[in-house]
Amino acid sequence: MGDHHHGPAQGLSRWLFTTNHKDIGTMYLWFSFAMFILGGAFAMIIRAELFQPGMQLVEPAFFNQMTTLHGLIMVFGAIMPSFVGLANWMIPMMIGAPDMALPRMNNWSFWILPPAFLILASTLFMEGGAPAFGWTFYAPLSTTYAPPSVTYFIFSIHVLGLSSIMGSINIIATVMNMRAPGMTYMKMPLFVWTWLITAFLLVAVMPVLAGAVTMMLMDIHFGTSFFSAAGGGDPVLFQHVFWFFGHPEVYIIILPAFGVVSQIIPAFSRKPLFGYASMVYATAAIAFLSFIVWAHHMYTVGMPIAGELFFMYATMLIAVPTGVKVFNWITTMWRGSMSFETPMLFSIGFLVLFTIGGFTGLMLSIAPADFQYHDSYFVVAHFHYVMVAGAVFSMTAAVYYWLPKWCGRMYNETMGKTHFWISFIGFNVTFFPQHFVGLAGMPRRIPDYALQFADFNMMSSIGAFIYGASQIMFLYNVIATIVAGKPTSDEKVWDGAEGLEWTVATPAPYHTFETPPAVR
Amino acid sequence: MIRVSKNPTVDTAAKLVAVAIGMFAFVFVVMVPLYDVLCDALGINGKTDGSQYTSVPVAIDDSRTVTVQFVATNNEGMPWEFGPSVTAMKVHPGAVNDTVFFARNPLSKDMVAQAIPSISPARAVKYFHKTECFCFNQQPLEANAKAEMPLQFIIDQDLPKDIQTITLSYTIFDVTDAVSGSLAAR
Repeated sequence: MGDHHHGPAQGLSRWLFTTNHKDIGTMYLWFSFAMFILGGAFAMIIRAELFQPGMQLVEPAFFNQMTTLHGLIMVFGAIMPSFVGLANWMIPMMIGAPDMALPRMNNWSFWILPPAFLILASTLFMEGGAPAFGWTFYAPLSTTYAPPSVTYFIFSIHVLGLSSIMGSINIIATVMNMRAPGMTYMKMPLFVWTWLITAFLLVAVMPVLAGAVTMMLMDIHFGTSFFSAAGGGDPVLFQHVFWFFGHPEVYIIILPAFGVVSQIIPAFSRKPLFGYASMVYATAAIAFLSFIVWAHHMYTVGMPIAGELFFMYATMLIAVPTGVKVFNWITTMWRGSMSFETPMLFSIGFLVLFTIGGFTGLMLSIAPADFQYHDSYFVVAHFHYVMVAGAVFSMTAAVYYWLPKWCGRMYNETMGKTHFWISFIGFNVTFFPQHFVGLAGMPRRIPDYALQFADFNMMSSIGAFIYGASQIMFLYNVIATIVAGKPTSDEKVWDGAEGLEWTVATPAPYHTFETPPAVR
Repeated sequence: MIRVSKNPTVDTAAKLVAVAIGMFAFVFVVMVPLYDVLCDALGINGKTDGSQYTSVPVAIDDSRTVTVQFVATNNEGMPWEFGPSVTAMKVHPGAVNDTVFFARNPLSKDMVAQAIPSISPARAVKYFHKTECFCFNQQPLEANAKAEMPLQFIIDQDLPKDIQTITLSYTIFDVTDAVSGSLAAR
């Protein structure tokens, strides 16, 4: 392999015009990390303001802009693009394809992302400030009462939605058409499977999000009344449309994370994944159920009792396939010869903390109990357990796991483990107390709070600063590895790792699998 | 399976683009109308349908008395004085009942308002028939003018026996700008 392959172009044009899946994957990963830092900086402002009761640092209006942008940037700018980047890097190498199926579209789907987020971030400097209506942008907050910058927000959502749809079409086209001979669907690595299903979810629901913001645009500028009661519309309709997108969206975020840990846990347990087929079916079941549970986000809007019961039972049903997954991971580790390198630590951290987030999710799914939890810090704690300890931890595990393959250098293991433990402790110190303040009645998205919540909030803020600082250590470790890490040329960096990506040279050459590998 | 293109990659991509466009259309063609239909059919939100009820003459059920309460709310920033002339009425199912709401525009500019009704309990929505209502139309009121706005309704005899009180709430919205500057009203 690689007798005549040409290397990358030189200079800036390499990155602007590249159609190479590894280059594009790298750009996605760096872009998402930049957004992670930006969204993290906003979170630090939020936690600094909440360090003590009373108003300290920022105005309430600016605080609302911070919570809104933090959510939007973390969901759409950090987590989603990071997994798309990982998909770009790994899917062709995992299925034995030379590149993505639609390489030029791949270039486009990355390069329209930075302008979208530039527009979103620039609203901070506009008159009336950035969007301040929460990442869920409920009407009429986002229509009648929105700042003028909402139009830029709508445009940026349209663009990033387009990027996601193009990226997903590419992934589906690649997986369906470019698998190496012998790579049947049921032989694909689980990361490829979870991404295939995620991509279908994206193609189905990103247009719904586009529809929601289009309706907002029309209500604001073209005199329609989709969400305005005065004209015969209904603000509750917005919530239905939003969560019809929004619930599949949370699985869009977590399914690739499931895929990652399903690669890593077997590698460091030195056993094949337990229950491969059931993992595939569980993923598909979760994806299907995600379409029929959306109204559990809105139990308090005034639904008929039959509706509340339907959405409650359907939501609880999701615990079954998710439980299948969790038990399969545990069973994979059972009696394996386990070792605890950094990717494994993050994967086990994921498993423990995601399960906690899953349990609080079950609590929230109970319609009568949800009336107490709704819009409280309990919800904030819940979704950070699944988003941060779920998606971000698994993404971090993925970077440590595949970084040596990408750049042919080993990261600093001691620093990696230190990063894990500081992250793990910082994360729990931040978010565990939020369960308590939420149950005691502290609402989410407020810049000030009653005095009895002071101690737990101070703990939360200290934890957040620790967690935030540990990400700088991560950045340092990654850069130090790329620049001066210990070189390695082992094809299998990890002795227990399985899969086609570990059969190519290390570091992974610019072009891989120009002739398809034989898959037994 | 339909093939759009001989190239399998283009074929897959074209089908997925069609799915994405279809889902965008789905929001407008299915979700929005379906929401309205479901709300009407199930009486969710206590929304009554905005059209006139043509009454069928039926016997008045003197054996039952239902209390109908009237509530009036001004939407944020709406300066009109707006309220029912009586806050509650005792009526018999099947009887035709009349009442009026009053409104005054205290500003020195002409305005247009729209009242949006809501009924509680939601189960009563389909048994509450309005034969005449100011909420069917937008209500223009000149500067400093007053108006009495009529409401005529019939409670259906099929109203479940356990419902003894029905609350009819109106929220009044200022639609002056929307009327003067609208491109399209739904």
